[in-house]
Amino acid sequence: MKAIYTDVLIIGGGLAGMRTAIGVRRRGLETLVLSLVPAKRSHSVAAQGGMQASLGNCLRGSGDDEDVHFQDTVRGSDWGCDQRVARMFTHMAPKAVRELAAWGVPWNRVAAGEQEAIINGQRVVLQEHASAHGLITARDFGGTRKWRTCYTSDGTGHSMLYSVSDRAIAESIPVHERREAMSLIHDGARCHGAVVRDLITGELLIYLARATVMATGGYGRIYGISTNAIINEGIGQALALETGVARLANLEAVQFHPTAIVPAGILVTEGCRGDGGLLRDRDGHRFMPDYEPEKKELASRDVVSRRMAEHMRAGNGVESPYGDHLWLDITALGAAHIEKKLREVKDICHYFLGIDPVREWIPVRPTQHYSMGGIRTDHQGQSPWLGGLFACGEVACWDMHGFNRLGGNSVAETVVSGMLISEYVADFCAGREGELNLSSELAGDFLEREQRHLDTLQSSGPRGENAMEIRREMERIMTGKVGLFRTGERLQEAVKGLEALPCPRVSLPRERFWDIPVPKIDSPTRQPLLPRPSCAHHDSVPHIAAKLLVRNSVMMTTMTLRRVGCAICMPYVTPYRS
Amino acid sequence: MSRRLTFDIFRYNPNDPKSRPRTERFTLDETEGMTLFIALNQIRDEQAPSLAFDFVCRAGVCGSCGMLINGRPGLACRTLTAALPDTITLMPLPAFELIADLSVNTGKWMRGMSERLETWVHLEQAPEIDALELAMEPEQAEAIYELDRCIECGCCISACATARMHPEFAGAVGLNKIARFRADPRDRRADPDYYQLVGDDQGVFGCMGLLGCHDLCPKKLPLQTQIAHLRRGMLKSALGKS
Repeated sequence: MKAIYTDVLIIGGGLAGMRTAIGVRRRGLETLVLSLVPAKRSHSVAAQGGMQASLGNCLRGSGDDEDVHFQDTVRGSDWGCDQRVARMFTHMAPKAVRELAAWGVPWNRVAAGEQEAIINGQRVVLQEHASAHGLITARDFGGTRKWRTCYTSDGTGHSMLYSVSDRAIAESIPVHERREAMSLIHDGARCHGAVVRDLITGELLIYLARATVMATGGYGRIYGISTNAIINEGIGQALALETGVARLANLEAVQFHPTAIVPAGILVTEGCRGDGGLLRDRDGHRFMPDYEPEKKELASRDVVSRRMAEHMRAGNGVESPYGDHLWLDITALGAAHIEKKLREVKDICHYFLGIDPVREWIPVRPTQHYSMGGIRTDHQGQSPWLGGLFACGEVACWDMHGFNRLGGNSVAETVVSGMLISEYVADFCAGREGELNLSSELAGDFLEREQRHLDTLQSSGPRGENAMEIRREMERIMTGKVGLFRTGERLQEAVKGLEALPCPRVSLPRERFWDIPVPKIDSPTRQPLLPRPSCAHHDSVPHIAAKLLVRNSVMMTTMTLRRVGCAICMPYVTPYRS
Repeated sequence: MSRRLTFDIFRYNPNDPKSRPRTERFTLDETEGMTLFIALNQIRDEQAPSLAFDFVCRAGVCGSCGMLINGRPGLACRTLTAALPDTITLMPLPAFELIADLSVNTGKWMRGMSERLETWVHLEQAPEIDALELAMEPEQAEAIYELDRCIECGCCISACATARMHPEFAGAVGLNKIARFRADPRDRRADPDYYQLVGDDQGVFGCMGLLGCHDLCPKKLPLQTQIAHLRRGMLKSALGKS
């Protein structure tokens, strides 16, 4: 049994995981990061439009502060967030931006003097103050009262992830790439690390740590169409769930982004609308002011997405072979602006749609985008039920976003939560409860269980159904019945449909395991898609790859059903007066 | 009428003693808007479950899916089959360690390069996060971002004759990073420091000027200009004129 010891094991190499690693390293702890893919390819890289922080440097951001940001965040969450967490976050966000600036993020800056902008479809001239010249600027985003979203063109997540990742390299933090956590090692009260699989050699390894931090991102890929990277399958949530001790929360809170392109489902940033882009219907009519006269295209995301769906239902969508869509019109912004501030958008339109957004409208519709729910933690990022298990970033639910996340608050949350939670993790390790105290027998049991499970799969013969088809059916059910608008009836159908998927009786075609002693990234046999013996109804029967995801979504829909009933009272939400 | 596409795909798993390098042929019907991401997934789902390849973002921003597409390095996720002939040959990127089939270990190569070239901002002191940030000219920030856009996909390395001969060569990706930090006022390093990192034939003087990197960079980074400027700077530094 090959065992690797460290103080803090971090699972996930995106922004949240990397910033946590840097934080605990600075407190003198040993740490290492596990990453499914090369760390700089993590989904954080796809954040386009920017990061919210109340610097208040640019003209339309003046008067901004953490109180205003806090109020926007709480209101944007549909009053569903934990206000203590929102407080911590808005207080820390400007510091995070400055730290990132020092580490190399080339934030766009305020240019003094007359600057042209498009506001509400009109070209206006803003007079930026000379005293703000060269400070970090911000753009407008939905659901905010100030221009607060700091950005580097529309590659903000890229610049942030590269700066933070390079900082981690500077601090000699090891990243074990192409390794995947298979299960958490725990004794029912305390988490001790993870069983990990090397995706190149196929070897199983034991990682033992005083604290384990999950930072594996969201679960968008249980839907058929999602803006998420294809690795965002809810693995971290599933591992926590499988302990039977740690709990998940708010899984039904799924965000649908108003503007993903049709049919590919690739995101084009909210910055398009922030910078003056408009939404239009089949007649070219700008319809958002009809529904939301005040905020129009820049209402919060849940509102805009619902209005778009409503408008399409009323027969105003543009018909296409891939279903109805609407138009995003950024032509008024002009070539110079688009080529400088929205260049990824331009590339995406060019490569995936064959259009030029400088002259043509972009076909868009609301698409699954973000998971507000996740591993339930307290405000210090620790699971209240399983000691030593921490979570931060999208995988976690410390409940900063409630039922709707504001644009620009997620990429901000990754870094801020990394800054804050790394301190709590270090405090935990410094205390008596943070000592590593475990029998190697327990670790051996977990390893053996995983090995047995793999052996079962590899020795199974060709019979039954195709795992990919089952997975597709699950995606279809989720997309069709657990989408933007949900009804009790459709959710019941979804639960029934998911439960009816022939999970325990099905095996995989022989080749799936026969010729792949070493399943690779994104191969259908990659382990977290597979069920554990503990969750199978029939231990002796080979299982299917999609089972775990199916289980997740069954649970998610069940949770949804439960929440529909109590959504009105929400007893734990503190009323907030602005 | 839709086309019937033929894919000749390199297959080999160095971890499997029974595996031999070979090319396998697959065919499928082209659909509207089909990308190599869609095609490869379809082949794997229906014909070759063990086919290995890497995709993450499938939107052209993460740099995972570099491969040789009819002999030219490129990002598979954003390559439309409509832009290709009926027969498409897919090979793994050369110059990187092969994991299996179309999957190569670019992550390991890039981490090694980053460690050797110290591709991070070298700070004068720890950042003061409670004070106002230092001002920067807007154009300067944009100029840094221009070079910061590299996605480490490895296409430039696969397109580089020097990198193929010298495994330690920094390549366009490495030289562009040095250029990026050299342009960044927050980095306290000066040319004599950079000279120590890239002032030899593993660095900027190893470049033969073939510029396959420049032609094939999926992000259209200005590699030709950057390498030229860096070479001039390093030469001046070597001659004591920096």
